[in-house]
Amino acid sequence: MENTIEVSGLVKTFGRTRALDGLDLSVRAGEVHGFLGPNGSGKSTTIRVLLGLLRADAGAARLLGGDPWRDAVALHRRLAYVPGDVTLWPNLSGGEVIDLLGRMRGGLDPRRRAELLESFELDPRKKGRTYSKGNRQKVGLVAALASDVELLILDEPTSGLDPLMEEVFQHWVRRARHDGRTVLLSSHILAEVEALCDRVTIIRAGRAVESGTLGDLRHLHRTAIDAEVTAPLDGLADLPGVHDLRVDGHRVRFDVDAAALDAALRRLTELGVRSLVSTPPTLEELFLRHYETAPEKVAS
Amino acid sequence: MSALTGTRHLARLILRRDRVLLPLWVLVLAVLPMSYATSFFELFPTAAERAAYTEGTARNPSIVALLGPVYGDSVGALTAQRSGFLLVIVALASLLTVIRHTRTEEEAGRRELLGGSVLGRYAGLTAALLVTYAADLLLGLLTAAGLASTGLPAAGSYAYGLAAALTGMVFATLGGLAAQLTETAGGARGIGLAGLGAAFGLRLVGDTAGDDWPSWLSPLGWAARVRAYEGDRWLVLLLPLVATVLLSALAYPVSVRRDLGAGLLPPRLGPATDDGALSGPVGLAWRLHRGQLLWWSVGFGLLGLILGGAAEAAGRSVEGNPRLEEIMARIGGASGLADAYLGATLSLAGLAAAGYGIQAALRMRAEESAGRAEPVLATGTRRSTWLLSHVAFALLGPVVVLAVTGLATGLTYGFSVGDVPRQVGRMLGAGLAQAPAAWVLAGLAVLLHGLLPRFASAAWAVLALCVLLGQLGAVLNLNQWLLDLSPFTHTPQVLRATWTPTPLFLLTALAVALTLAGLQTFRRRDVPIT
Repeated sequence: MENTIEVSGLVKTFGRTRALDGLDLSVRAGEVHGFLGPNGSGKSTTIRVLLGLLRADAGAARLLGGDPWRDAVALHRRLAYVPGDVTLWPNLSGGEVIDLLGRMRGGLDPRRRAELLESFELDPRKKGRTYSKGNRQKVGLVAALASDVELLILDEPTSGLDPLMEEVFQHWVRRARHDGRTVLLSSHILAEVEALCDRVTIIRAGRAVESGTLGDLRHLHRTAIDAEVTAPLDGLADLPGVHDLRVDGHRVRFDVDAAALDAALRRLTELGVRSLVSTPPTLEELFLRHYETAPEKVAS
Repeated sequence: MSALTGTRHLARLILRRDRVLLPLWVLVLAVLPMSYATSFFELFPTAAERAAYTEGTARNPSIVALLGPVYGDSVGALTAQRSGFLLVIVALASLLTVIRHTRTEEEAGRRELLGGSVLGRYAGLTAALLVTYAADLLLGLLTAAGLASTGLPAAGSYAYGLAAALTGMVFATLGGLAAQLTETAGGARGIGLAGLGAAFGLRLVGDTAGDDWPSWLSPLGWAARVRAYEGDRWLVLLLPLVATVLLSALAYPVSVRRDLGAGLLPPRLGPATDDGALSGPVGLAWRLHRGQLLWWSVGFGLLGLILGGAAEAAGRSVEGNPRLEEIMARIGGASGLADAYLGATLSLAGLAAAGYGIQAALRMRAEESAGRAEPVLATGTRRSTWLLSHVAFALLGPVVVLAVTGLATGLTYGFSVGDVPRQVGRMLGAGLAQAPAAWVLAGLAVLLHGLLPRFASAAWAVLALCVLLGQLGAVLNLNQWLLDLSPFTHTPQVLRATWTPTPLFLLTALAVALTLAGLQTFRRRDVPIT
């Protein structure tokens, strides 16, 4: 089955800024795909290319089996989009905007619309200019989640939502996946991505640096070990794949590559383990590893 | 910390932000009365000529309705009356300036940014009022000095200048009060404009009816009742002064009692669902444009009624003035003069309609920069549908406005010459003949929006250039090819006996070409470009 989104080698420049620099991204049908990256890394630019709003300078992009630029209108009827900063018409009520966007996409489910309004605690009668940032975001989310579409493209959709609403949002994304929809979720809130996403793509400076399931990504990275042993310590430092070894009396802490984990644990048990804590890498650590290292020089 | 702490900083901020706009309206509105005085001195040097003009034109009811009463036939009295409509503009400018720096700031959330710093409770309102008062007083002084420099009596000049300044201050304070009442700048402007409209209506009724007591109730009526150059009744100036104090006595307590961002009147709720009225991009465009279209039509309809009513008198105003009569004989006597006056009026309406067309076209740009175009274009809406739904208003809106203007003008002019059916038809035609030139500018705005979106507002500069060429071209003896650059130069004078429609077709073709080029470039470019 063809991927819902298939992007390869995408390049987009604005003047002298290279916003996308050979980006690859593939989203499988029916999955929730996390699209991670700090501000200015090219997430919104990618999404706008996928929506046929921006024209790529090079590379290929396929969306729902079509060309995002050429088949824009036909594709848009099959997807719903929530921008990171929803702006509303000041004199239209939230309910009118939800219905308008829904109708222009080809209809929304009135029952789900009512349910969404209730669970997001949104008053649809207020005028656009009177909504707070979080409530504007809810208007965009209700309009998108109530639409009968195959693909949801959400660009940092929860900015401005409180933790309670973040929970509600996660509930509805899970429900969308359960209904067989595909979700591209751009975010920099790692807990949200960890809770929701089947696979993630991490981008930096317009290029994908990691892609895969959270398990895959973790596998590529080191596990932190913190152990207390009975015998005096030796023979650990020479093991390949062990890093940052710190010994404090009987206590030993080190990071170990996934491939060397087995050998390292064997060595520890030989020494007699009194206590052991092993911590898999968090998404945050994966993320920071990519961003703390100096980025390659990008033309700017 | 006193309630006024920070006023000085806020006043500086206002001056910095309005450094172009404020001096511009002060200067233009201060110079115009002087230019009126100069032309009265040139046109009617003798008392007899002035008396004839006063009887024939200045006392004509539709002139009085538009400008206010005339209290004598001196050049000073005529100038004071002629400047009557400027008072409305001074009032409008003062009103809008205060709202712009109070409620607009609060609505945009910028006031909150400053509210966290050291600011007294009264600082925001006080700063906006002080700057506007200062602008009004400067305007009054400049007006007085300019009038006195033409040779008019100094006392009368200062009486008039002060009356103008105080009129501005009354409406500035009204703006300050309106800004406290609603949550939105639009609502505050609505209240302020309603107040200005009521004042104009009272003055109009009082000045044209036998008994003038309604004019004494209107801040716009007081300035004329100072009778500058015809008795200089200084005491009348106490009325606007007292009104200013009373209005601020209302505004200040409200400004303290309410919360930041809130108004006294609660915001209205809208419908929870749209009942099918917003059918899609076209329905959306209608919602976004309909208010503006309505106000432009109402405004121009009223203006047409007044100007049409004044035309017949304008045609006769030269009687007894041999110099002007001679010029007029060449263009066909009194009816010829009335036609020339009506033609000139309607061509001004054409310029204004072009302004409306540009405004409607640039609405697309505003939607794009505010991020509201993107979600719409990410639905099943074609780019061309979205663009054309706005372009429809940029092209058809001016036609509606011009048709209303023509009909209204024809109606009152027809009544005054006793031939309504024929004049309505003629004026409607003359109004509509202005549309193609307006389309060219609207089309230019559409093309700029597609091709160079960041510079789309340059369309306004082109309109300003056309206005300058039209108004100054004859005075400066500019080359014909230079004048030909303006589409308005090519609009034929359809009120004359003979005219050729070819230029109208060419202008229309040009406008269509510009619009289509705008459509093509927009379909190909990135969105949003901010």
